[in-house]
Amino acid sequence: MAQAGTLKKKDFVSDQIVRWCPGCGDYAILSAIQGTMPQLGFEKEKIVFISGIGCSSRFPYYMDTYGFHTIHGRAPSIASGLKLANPDLSIWMITGDGDGLSIGGNHLLHLLRRNLDINVILFNNRIYGLTKGQYSPTSETGKKTKSSPMGSMETPVNPIRFALASEAGFVARTYDANPKHMQETFLQAAAYKGTSFVEVYQNCVIFNKDAFDDFYTRKVRDDAMIHLQEGEPLIFGSEEKKGVFLEGLDPVVRSIDENTDHTGLLTHHPENKSRHYSNILAEMDYPDFPVPVGVFRKVERPTYESELYAQIDRAKSAKGEGKLEDLFREGDTWEVK
Amino acid sequence: MADVKARDTIAQATIRFAGDSGDGMQLTGTQFTNTSAVIGNDISTFPDFPAEIRAPAGTVPGVSGFQVHIASQDIHTPGDRPDVLVAMNPAALKANIGDLINGGLLILNTDSFTKSNYKKAEYGDVDPLNDTSLDKYRTVKIPITDLTHRAVEGTGLNKKQADRCKNLFALGIVYYLYDRPLEITLDWIEHKFAGKTEIIAANQAALKAGYNFADTAEIFTTHYSVPEADLDKGNYRSITGNSAVAMGFVAASKLANKTLFYGSYPITPASDVLHELARFRHFGVVTFQAEDEIAAVGSAIGAAYGGALALTGTSGPGLCLKAEAVGLAIMTELPLVILDVQRAGPSTGMPTKTEQSDLLQAMYGRNGDSPLVVLAPATPGECFDFAVEASRIALEHMTPVILLTDGYLGNGSEPWQIPDLDSLKPFNLPASPDPETFQPYNRNPETLARSWVVPGQKGMEHRIGGLEKEDVTGNVCYDPDNHQLMTDIRKDKVARVANSIPHLEVYGDADADVLVLGWGGTYGSLLTSIEQLNKDGKKVAGAHFRYLNPFPANTKELLSRYKKVIVAELNTGQLDVMIRSQFVIDTIPYFKVQGKPFQMSELTEFISQHL
Repeated sequence: MAQAGTLKKKDFVSDQIVRWCPGCGDYAILSAIQGTMPQLGFEKEKIVFISGIGCSSRFPYYMDTYGFHTIHGRAPSIASGLKLANPDLSIWMITGDGDGLSIGGNHLLHLLRRNLDINVILFNNRIYGLTKGQYSPTSETGKKTKSSPMGSMETPVNPIRFALASEAGFVARTYDANPKHMQETFLQAAAYKGTSFVEVYQNCVIFNKDAFDDFYTRKVRDDAMIHLQEGEPLIFGSEEKKGVFLEGLDPVVRSIDENTDHTGLLTHHPENKSRHYSNILAEMDYPDFPVPVGVFRKVERPTYESELYAQIDRAKSAKGEGKLEDLFREGDTWEVK
Repeated sequence: MADVKARDTIAQATIRFAGDSGDGMQLTGTQFTNTSAVIGNDISTFPDFPAEIRAPAGTVPGVSGFQVHIASQDIHTPGDRPDVLVAMNPAALKANIGDLINGGLLILNTDSFTKSNYKKAEYGDVDPLNDTSLDKYRTVKIPITDLTHRAVEGTGLNKKQADRCKNLFALGIVYYLYDRPLEITLDWIEHKFAGKTEIIAANQAALKAGYNFADTAEIFTTHYSVPEADLDKGNYRSITGNSAVAMGFVAASKLANKTLFYGSYPITPASDVLHELARFRHFGVVTFQAEDEIAAVGSAIGAAYGGALALTGTSGPGLCLKAEAVGLAIMTELPLVILDVQRAGPSTGMPTKTEQSDLLQAMYGRNGDSPLVVLAPATPGECFDFAVEASRIALEHMTPVILLTDGYLGNGSEPWQIPDLDSLKPFNLPASPDPETFQPYNRNPETLARSWVVPGQKGMEHRIGGLEKEDVTGNVCYDPDNHQLMTDIRKDKVARVANSIPHLEVYGDADADVLVLGWGGTYGSLLTSIEQLNKDGKKVAGAHFRYLNPFPANTKELLSRYKKVIVAELNTGQLDVMIRSQFVIDTIPYFKVQGKPFQMSELTEFISQHL
C-alpha cells in the first residue's frame, strides 16, 4: 500500500465509472483534484470528500478516499461534525451553486464564519444541471430557462462576495479550463488553516454551454482575466498592458505604457486584513473589468476545532478529567439507610 | 420549649407555588423540593411556566407555577390538585385557584392585591379577597412584601432588591408549615450569591423571617410533618429528566469509549440538555450549537461518520426539520440518537406545555420506508437509563434511535438513586473488520448491523451516501431486486432489536380482564391510578411501553390475555393506531391534549367505567 509521499494521482482514482455528461467541466476538476492529492502529504485514509446533492456532488464516488455523498445543501454541517469528531482529517467539501448558495446557503455562511479547517470547492456553472436546466442563484438576471421562459427576475449572488461577507479567511477563484491554475489554487486552499473557499467556474455543456467562454478561453483570457499573484501589481493584457487603479473608492482600468504614472495602481496583497480591497476584487467582472482568479483573501485566524479542543484541555486541567461518580453526585445528595 | 401548636403527621402533601414569572417561583419550588428530598421524602415535581421570558408583569399569561408532591411513601406523580397554594399576586390566584382542593390552604401575599394588579389580572369588578369566592378554602392573608422589607432592613439593599427576597419569605412560611429545616436553603443561598455579602444576608434573613413569622404569628393552627419515605437503600439526588438524559449520554460515551458529540439548536423544552452537556468539557464532551435544526442533526451524522457517539436533541418542530437527515442516517446505517423532548403541537403549539404527540412522527415522519428504533422513558430517572439504552442500541445495531421524552419528564424531578458504576455494562461493540475482506455493507449475521469503519482507518477507504446502496459493496445501485432486498434488510435490522430488549411487564391486578396501556411520561399517573383502583378492590392491570419500535417480543401474546385493552395517551391516538394496526385488536382509547399530564381522578373515573 502506498504511503503519503509515494502516492500517485492514480491512487486516488476509484473503481467507479464516472457518469457526468461527456465534455462536462467536472472531469477537468476531478482530474485536477486527483492530481493535487499526492501533494498534500496526507495518507489516503485521512482524506475525506463530503458533498451535497447535484451533478458536482457525485464527486466523492470517483475519489478513492473516504467519501460521503450527503443530502441537498447540508454538506457543511456533516463536514463540520466530522471535523470536530476527528480534527486530524483532511476534509474536502464539494458543492455547487445550487447546493451551496441556494438550499445550503445558510450552512455555508456558518461554516465560513466558524472557520473549521475544511476545504470548500464550489462548482459554479450558473445553472441547475441535475434537475435539467432551471436557473440557479448565480444565473444572470434575464436568464431564460425552463423555469424562467421569459427570463429570470432575480439578481444573482456573487459567491466570492458571499464568502467575504461570511467572514471567510481564505477566498479564491479558479476555472475548469486551466488545470494548472486549479491545482495551484487547491494546494493553497489545502495549506490554509481554516475554512478555505474556492469558487470554480465550471462549464455545463448541456444546459449552460460556454457560459464563461467570453473571458476564460485560451484565446481571450489574457485580456479578459487577471491572474492574481501575491505582491504583483494588477496588470493584465496580452499585447496592450492594462492596470487596475484605484480612483477614490472605485477601481478603474487604464492602459499602461512606459510613461504611465503608477500612482494608484493596485498591488495584490491577499493577506491585507482590510476587506475593502478584497471587495474591490470581488466586484470586478467581465466586461467592465478583467475577471480576477487566484487567491482573493488569505487572513489567518484560529480554527473552531483548535478553540474547542483548547477549551476541553482547559476544562480538564481546571477540573481534572471528568469522572462519572463525581457527575452523579453533583449537588445535594442523601443516603437512605 | 414545647411546641404548643399541634403538629400532625401526614403521609403526603401537594404544594403549589405560584407568582409572576419574575417572582422566583421555580427557584422557590426547587428549594422546597431539594430540602424535602434530602430529609428523606419521596418527591415529584411539575414546573409550569409561560413561554414568554417575562410576559407583562402581573398578567395571567405571566404566571409561573411549581407544584411539588412530597410523601412518606413511594409516589409517582406531582399530585393532581394542591393541598396548599401560595399565590403571590392576583394573576397567580386567578390562574390557580380552580385547582386547589376544597378546604385547601391558600396563602396570599396581600401586598400585591392592589387595584392595578387586579386590573392586570383582568378581575373586573370582582374582589376575591372581600367576597365569598374564597370561603371554601382556609385563606391566610399575609403582607409578604412589607414583612420582607422589614426583615431585610439594615442589609443595605434598596427597595427593588428587597422585593426580590419575598419568595424566600414565602418559602420560609411553607418550611415552617411542613416542618422542614432551613439549612439546605441557607447553604444554597451562600453558594449561589458567593461574594455578594449583602444579598446573602438579605435572602437568608427573609427565609428565616418567613419561618419565624409563621411560627410566632400563630396564623396556622396546625403544622405538619411528613416522615421519611421508605425508599430503597442507597444514595440519592433529585434529578430532572433533562439532566438525567444529559448524564445518561455522558455515561454512554464512557461505556462505549467514544467521544460524546451533541449537535443541537436551542428549542424549548430541550435546551437544558444542551446547557447541561456544555458544562461537561472536562469529560471531553463536544457540544455544537448549530445554526439550525438541520445542521444540528447533520453535524451529528458527520460526527457518527467520524466515529463519535453522536447525538442531537430537539423538540417536535425540530424533529420535522431533521426528518430528511434522519433518512440519510437510516440509508447510510450510521449510529445516531435523536432526542425529542416533546411539547404540545402542531406547529409552534404550546412550547412549555407537555404532550405525547410526536410518536407517529418519530415512527413514520420520513420519506420512503425508513424504520428506526423508538424509545420512551417513563420517569425522570429513567431518562438516564434510556439515554444509555438508546446509545447502546444505536451503536450495537448501527441505526438511528429516536428517544422520546416530554416537557413533563424533562422539567419534572424525582429522587434518583445514584447508580453503582459496576451496574453500567460496557457496550458490546464489534471489533474492527479485516481490511482484506472488508466491504462497507457486510453485516453481523445476528443483528444485521454493518461495520462501523471510520475515516482514518487504513486500507478500508469507501464511499457512502443517500443513494440506494448495493448489498455488501455499498456501491450506488438502482437494481430493482437489490432495492427490495435492502429495504427488507433495513426493516429486519430494526425488528431484530427486539431480541436485545426486555419483555413488556404487567403491573396491577394479576387476574384482571382489563389492561391499560400507556407509554412514556404518563407512567406515574397510570400506575398511581391503577394502584388506587386495585386498592378499591377493582380488577385492572397496566402495561407500559418504553420500547415502541420494535415493540417487546411478548406484546402480542400479552395483549391476547385481556378482554379489554384501554390505550391512554396525551395525544389523539397515536400508540392506539400502532396497537390496532400491528395487532389487529379493538381498543378503548382515552386521549387528552390540554398541555397537561393526566390527573389520577380522571383516569380512575374513565377506567372504572370499563370494569
